[in-house]
Amino acid sequence: MTAEIYRAIADGILIGGVYALMAVGLTLIFGVLDIINIAQGVLVVLGAYLSYSLSARLHLDLFLGLLITVPAMFIVGVVIHYAFIRRLRGRERTAMTLLVTYAVALIIEGILYEIYGPNDKELTASYVSSSVHIFGFYLPYIYLYGFALALVLVGALYALLYRTRFGRSVRATMQDETAARLIGIDVNKVAAITFGVGVAVTATGGMMYGATYGGFNPNSGYDLISRLLAIIILAGMGSIGGALVASIFMLTVESLVTIWSPQWSIIVFYGALVIVLVVHPTGFFGRQPVRAQ
Amino acid sequence: MTVKLTGLVVVAAVAIAFPYVFSSPVDTNYGVYAMIFVTAASAWNIFSGFSGYISLGQAVFFGSGAYTVGIAARDWHMKGDGIFVLLPLGAVVATAIAIPFGLVALRVRRHTFIVITIAVFFIFQLMAYDFSFTGGTIGLPAPFLSWPLATFNNPFYFMALGAAAVTITLAWLIKRSRFGLQLRAIKDDEDRALGLGVRTMRVKLSAFMLSAFITGFIGGVWFLYITQVLPSSGFDPLFDLTIVLMAFLGGVGTIAGPVIGALLIEPGRLWLNTQFTNGYLSEILLGALFLLIVLFMPRGIVPTGGEWIKKIRSRGRPAIEPKGRGDAWTDERGTSEEGRRRLEAARRRESG
Repeated sequence: MTAEIYRAIADGILIGGVYALMAVGLTLIFGVLDIINIAQGVLVVLGAYLSYSLSARLHLDLFLGLLITVPAMFIVGVVIHYAFIRRLRGRERTAMTLLVTYAVALIIEGILYEIYGPNDKELTASYVSSSVHIFGFYLPYIYLYGFALALVLVGALYALLYRTRFGRSVRATMQDETAARLIGIDVNKVAAITFGVGVAVTATGGMMYGATYGGFNPNSGYDLISRLLAIIILAGMGSIGGALVASIFMLTVESLVTIWSPQWSIIVFYGALVIVLVVHPTGFFGRQPVRAQ
Repeated sequence: MTVKLTGLVVVAAVAIAFPYVFSSPVDTNYGVYAMIFVTAASAWNIFSGFSGYISLGQAVFFGSGAYTVGIAARDWHMKGDGIFVLLPLGAVVATAIAIPFGLVALRVRRHTFIVITIAVFFIFQLMAYDFSFTGGTIGLPAPFLSWPLATFNNPFYFMALGAAAVTITLAWLIKRSRFGLQLRAIKDDEDRALGLGVRTMRVKLSAFMLSAFITGFIGGVWFLYITQVLPSSGFDPLFDLTIVLMAFLGGVGTIAGPVIGALLIEPGRLWLNTQFTNGYLSEILLGALFLLIVLFMPRGIVPTGGEWIKKIRSRGRPAIEPKGRGDAWTDERGTSEEGRRRLEAARRRESG
């Protein structure tokens, strides 16, 4: 029993790292653009399919393939922002962006169905199927690699935001868009690049998701986006470090409850969100009050 | 006024005559679905459209209504036409669910509210999958109705039409009432509304419960009509988003908006499904339509159409421009035609 618990905690932390990768993009986009990108879930799945095509057709290594999929997803993100998000202004913006990103999700999902069909796909590689023996249990290598990659990427995003000039303009835009505009920041450009970066990291998340989740199809995006939303709300929206902590926390909770009952684990996952928000409406790391309108 | 009244009578007459004119089950099937969604979208509008709290969890009530009817019919061994007495029970259960749901979710605003409604929605879908009394993945069958096949749809059509009519009337009454004004005050600025003495939580929760009641009722009707409910069809994320799309297409916060949106989208969606067997192309088309609407008619058909009509009417003579805010508010209840026009123009200017 104790071994099972350790195992569950290890799983939770490692998979939490993968979810952090996807959640960071979502929370970054929210922080800068003040929108919820419903399409994030299906974009993760798109990333997974891109990796799938590269490895199945061109026999490219999964991690090497990221060198292609990450820039590709960056472009997808910038295009989505330029074509649809940029135009939305005014009072109903919150709801509108939600609907627009949902529509984008529907279209991408439809296209994925057309190309790949409804059957589950899985990413395979030698390090997906082989395991390493540590602390008395077996862990697939991909979990360890993925967790390391997640830490590196979250660290890189942190560096981008806190150590570069671009990062400073992003943070300025997050704090006060009007003021940022006044001191000469090209807010539209910042928004476009942020959206691109937020989508680009999902390419990595997608690859990891495809390799660890055990099968994905175009419909997987819905389950994913609701989990990601739960994570970033719990973290406090717009907080990047918070997204990492909340991902690991939520996935560990889920994985612990799975020992006792797999059916209840996901209910506990969302239940935890509701309880935390009742007690503390701004989430763990939320700086801005959620109540401000 | 008489023009409007005549219009209403004509619309009602067309709605009632529909199943007699287009009497084939294929056509009346369109009618039943359209009316179910008119009701659901209008119910969404009563809460979300008026208060500005965008709920993506209406399927919680829809599915609860359906499941309540199904479970009660199974456990109480009800058969035949008697099962229709269970519909109000479904509505009451949905309302009861709305109380704790609302008490939690309505504490937060905007994005967070939306996400909580999604989270609660998924909790319900998962419960439907995992609990034994819901029938799990195979769902629940509805009791068999031994009605003649040719006119099987008609009672359902009139039931849904009646629900739609009641919902639209309620929305109209609420919009004109003090309650409706309080809801719109919450939409404009909740903190100020609170400061002015609106009991915001009570108002929001009442609207949420009313919306749940209607949605639960129509969920039961839907269940008896399609004779089966599955976790994925009763608690369907597409349902949530479709009714929001309908309201946005027609015009959020207007009475006619969600009705027009539902009447355009639902038959269109059903028709597309018959045209493309795999369903993916219709999904892409729905998404594309969705984008076009939001980008080119962001305020919806009813407000935009209203402006066009006004433009056409005022051609040749100067449109009446309100002189200033104070001027517009001299007739603040908008009782006269002139006052109402000024008030609307001032509102439009303020909202940008």
